Amino acid sequence: MRALFALIAGGVFGAGLLVSGMADTRKVQGWLDVFGEWDPTLAFVMGGAIIPMAIAWQLTRGRQPVLGGEFPAPPEPKLGHNLVVGSVMFGMGWGLVGLCPGPAIASLSYGGVGGAVFLVAMLAGMLAAPPVRARIDALAGSA
Amino acid sequence: MQQDWIWGLVGGGLIGTAGAIYLLVNGRIMGASGIVGGLVDGSGKTTWLERAAFLLGLLVVPALMLPLYAEVDTHVTSNLALVIIAGLLVGIGTRVANGCTSGHGVCGISRLSLRGIVATVFYIGAGGITVLLFKHILGVI
Repeated sequence: MRALFALIAGGVFGAGLLVSGMADTRKVQGWLDVFGEWDPTLAFVMGGAIIPMAIAWQLTRGRQPVLGGEFPAPPEPKLGHNLVVGSVMFGMGWGLVGLCPGPAIASLSYGGVGGAVFLVAMLAGMLAAPPVRARIDALAGSA
Repeated sequence: MQQDWIWGLVGGGLIGTAGAIYLLVNGRIMGASGIVGGLVDGSGKTTWLERAAFLLGLLVVPALMLPLYAEVDTHVTSNLALVIIAGLLVGIGTRVANGCTSGHGVCGISRLSLRGIVATVFYIGAGGITVLLFKHILGVI
């Protein structure tokens, strides 16, 4: 059952990426291109996604997930160097090509060679992340 | 072009609904980088089936919808060196920051998580500066 609903959620997510236009890297880069032909679509996508999600968070109060277990713990208040450094790295890659992890996977069936190469590089980057994280921790600790 | 924002809103609504299903039914935060990353580095071994099922849906549904769209193109740049560098940055960055657009952006902001909001400010800021630098100043993209 958990896998079935995960499959449904993944499918709806994928449909949303395609419908919203966020599978097209030009629209994503257009959003980031404040000094060029700015494309505001991504703001509508974010807004449209945050509304149902905010309702869902309200519904978690005093309840349990339908399939059992516990809801995620409240967000940590601690920010940390990893959050900032990692987000800056992610933003740079996102700006260069216009793909983030969700669309990188969703576009595998139509993203061509470039999309597939991006996905492989992204997976390699994920494998390489733990030592980078440890390095940032070490530098932050000695600073 | 004028209709783009409507489709953005509708598509965004679907993305948020997907996140709501994953949260309310499975009790998990729908973060694409976390779901994939846990499979790649083995940290999500105990929940691999759930993760793999999510990714299968994410892959198959857009593929099935392709006939509805006359021309779908991601327009990824043909500069493969750039693609590889960007992919590495996105892979390392999202794992180091513990989240991406879906996890920190959609799921974090919607519960007013300070971490989600700060991460989103930094990745959008870095993305904007990158586009400014590489498109308008260096002319590479």
